[in-house]
Amino acid sequence: MPGADKETDLSERIESFLSELKRCGSGAGSLRGSAETARETTALLRRITAQARWGNAGELMEIIRKEGRRMTAAQPSETTVGNMIRRVLKIIREEYARSRGSSEETDQQESLHKLLTSGGSSEDNFRQHFTHLKANVIEAINELLTELEGTTDNISMQALEHIHSNEVIMTIGRSRTVEAFLKDAARKRKFHVIVAECAPFCQGHEMATSLCKEDIETTVIPDAAIFAVMSRVNKVIIGTQTVLANGGLRAVNGTHTLALAAKHHSTPLIVCAPMFKLSPQVPDTPYNHTKLKSVDTILYIHILSKVNAHCPVFDYVPPELITLFISNIGGNAPSYIYRLMSELYHPEDHEL
Amino acid sequence: GEGKELTKEEKQRLRKEKKQHKKNKKDDRGPPEKEKEKEKASVPAPSKPATQSPAHKAAPVPVNASASESPVAAEKPAKSKAELRAERRARQDSERASKQGKKEGGQQSTSSKPKATPNELQPVVKRLPDHVQVDDPVALKKLAKKLERQQVPLRSDYGYKVSLFSHLHQYSRKNPPTQQISIPVTVIHPSIVRLGLQYSQGIIAGSNARSVALLHAFKQVIQDYSTPPNEELSRDLVNKLSPYISFLSQCRPLSASMGNAIKYIKKEISNIPSQCKEEEAKRILQECIDSYINEKIILASEAISKYAIEKISDGDVILVYGCSSLVNHILCEAFEKQRKFRVIVVDSRPRLEGREALRRLVKKGIRCTYVLISALSYILPEVSKVFLGAHALLANGYVMSRVGTSQIALVAKAYNVPVLVCCETYKFCERVQTDSFVSNELDDPDDLIVTRNGKTHLENWQTFKSLGLLNLVYDVTPPDFVDLVITDLGMIPCTSVPVVLRVKNVDQ
Repeated sequence: MPGADKETDLSERIESFLSELKRCGSGAGSLRGSAETARETTALLRRITAQARWGNAGELMEIIRKEGRRMTAAQPSETTVGNMIRRVLKIIREEYARSRGSSEETDQQESLHKLLTSGGSSEDNFRQHFTHLKANVIEAINELLTELEGTTDNISMQALEHIHSNEVIMTIGRSRTVEAFLKDAARKRKFHVIVAECAPFCQGHEMATSLCKEDIETTVIPDAAIFAVMSRVNKVIIGTQTVLANGGLRAVNGTHTLALAAKHHSTPLIVCAPMFKLSPQVPDTPYNHTKLKSVDTILYIHILSKVNAHCPVFDYVPPELITLFISNIGGNAPSYIYRLMSELYHPEDHEL
Repeated sequence: GEGKELTKEEKQRLRKEKKQHKKNKKDDRGPPEKEKEKEKASVPAPSKPATQSPAHKAAPVPVNASASESPVAAEKPAKSKAELRAERRARQDSERASKQGKKEGGQQSTSSKPKATPNELQPVVKRLPDHVQVDDPVALKKLAKKLERQQVPLRSDYGYKVSLFSHLHQYSRKNPPTQQISIPVTVIHPSIVRLGLQYSQGIIAGSNARSVALLHAFKQVIQDYSTPPNEELSRDLVNKLSPYISFLSQCRPLSASMGNAIKYIKKEISNIPSQCKEEEAKRILQECIDSYINEKIILASEAISKYAIEKISDGDVILVYGCSSLVNHILCEAFEKQRKFRVIVVDSRPRLEGREALRRLVKKGIRCTYVLISALSYILPEVSKVFLGAHALLANGYVMSRVGTSQIALVAKAYNVPVLVCCETYKFCERVQTDSFVSNELDDPDDLIVTRNGKTHLENWQTFKSLGLLNLVYDVTPPDFVDLVITDLGMIPCTSVPVVLRVKNVDQ
């Protein structure tokens, strides 16, 4: 039966995506960037919308939530997966509301009147069937995909507004967004880049070789020298793995030290992060705070058995150390992040 | 430069005035000042006032002496070197005669004191050490000539240097200076050659280890030394040491502790009375060196451990960085005294010295945790105290230590964890520095190359013309990050370093 084939095909794809995610996390660093993960997640969600069997918006959201929980469980540190799921859920809600004819804004506002009168009515809100809902949702997801494809270019376009000539810029590790940002600025301006190598995986080396191929003056420094050279740095530009709900960051380890050093020298800290990295998580979720890599990457000697060794992958950077966020929708202060988040995600979707 | 602008008569007048000045001071000055003219280059941190105070003289006088001395040395008037030497010799003979009558000297110094005190704070013209003048071609030429004269090989720089550090040398470990020396070595003593090689290859590393190795090598040199005829031991031996010191600084720039040790040895050598027999003089010098090592390094570390152990309480989690022999000693002592604590060893690329510290502590039985410096923010909430070692303590209160120390102090301050620096007093130096750029050391840039996941990204870094690798060795920590400095004289705040230096000068 064609329906059953579609379903098995769909579940196969979901399974393969999940195993990709699990494998991705066990390698050193990320084998593919967050942008790719976001795109693949969104494509998979579009496929689920198209191929899964659902009658109304509520059922679709249930299916997506279920799959989403499995995906986030496969790789909790890869937050873009969860973010995309929440985006799609928000899209579904919006399309549903539009089909129903009510304006989105009244639905959004949680006025006291609504809370008292509607009560449990929000539950069967999504039970109505609309024939064009599927097409609308898929169209909206396609828009989301085009937005995702253009994020890096959107961010790089803003480069010249932030980098002047003869500047010394510091960065840490390897971020594809920052790489594109700096390369774009280098087409018109001359500046120096100092890359902190970010042990133990030393992704900074790759970043440095890639930058110097564009004729950007690059210097590689070990992590220990960050504070020593900070006094000569004009700006610190970093990428991040996740932007948290309070405006803080979960970024590669060593970033907190870099942020403290920048604060001490009053050097602006600029974070280049596309909007799909924005996550409604808050910093004190214990397990998600760091991920520990196996320690044989840092210690090879025989006394390993008598010694504890730690190798965290991520750092938490509080929002007061950050000066500016540059995303595909422009520049924002960390204090504005909560507002952006309410535009992207619905509060009920924060917990999948 | 300013000598060229004066006319000949003015120059002669100046010379006469200075001669008169010197004559007035001649009874108060000690012998060591002549070495200053010759050996300035080899000591990276010349502290003129310190060298000037012989044991029985008052402190203010030498400052004045050095102030009048340096312009004369810089001008090098028409007198030939032989004339100067003869003058000096005559002066010193008369000084030695006056040494018998200490009381006279004291009286004379008190009589000249009112003249001296207004000049006490006169600015002293210090000469920049050579190893921070690499971007100055004139200084480089002078150094090359000096090394040629001393028959010491000149080491050439390696690799692309980051523009911020173009005033420093950057050598490769694969080209040690010993390759350029002919065998058999005629000018440089073999134990010095071996020492230089050990320095340049990093076999001997760490401030205390380098100083002790240097002193032992000098003991060997003194043992094998024989005074040539018509020469005095006190003068000739000092001259013999100067090419050795140039060679060692070519292998690796001298540390502050080594500089102080060399100053001490030279002073002791110059203080040997002329009628002393050679064997006797050698014995005296060997004893001096032994007592220096014993007092300043071994006993100092005992004293520091005693003070530091008071600061370690049961249940402490102590963070240490890299491998400091002093801090390791303190922790081992504390463990023997049955204190219950555990240690977190922070390490950093590319030297990875923390592994050595880890090995030593685990051998003792101390519970240890190991992290890299990028994991500092992760581990610091568990830490109750931070113990750091120092390479040198500068006169403005800054702590010069292995690169990364300032970072640890910064993050510890952000988490409100007390930072204690342990440092012997012989590492205090009169230099001042505010950032890690002007005076530092650049290590071999190839050390940063590493293979991860089977890929070595920086393997051909020399082929990329815009790529530079920076391997700094030292950095300076501002005093507001340091809560306490534990020295053999007690526990002092960072800003009291010049007080200690002054106290030391008066004692000497």
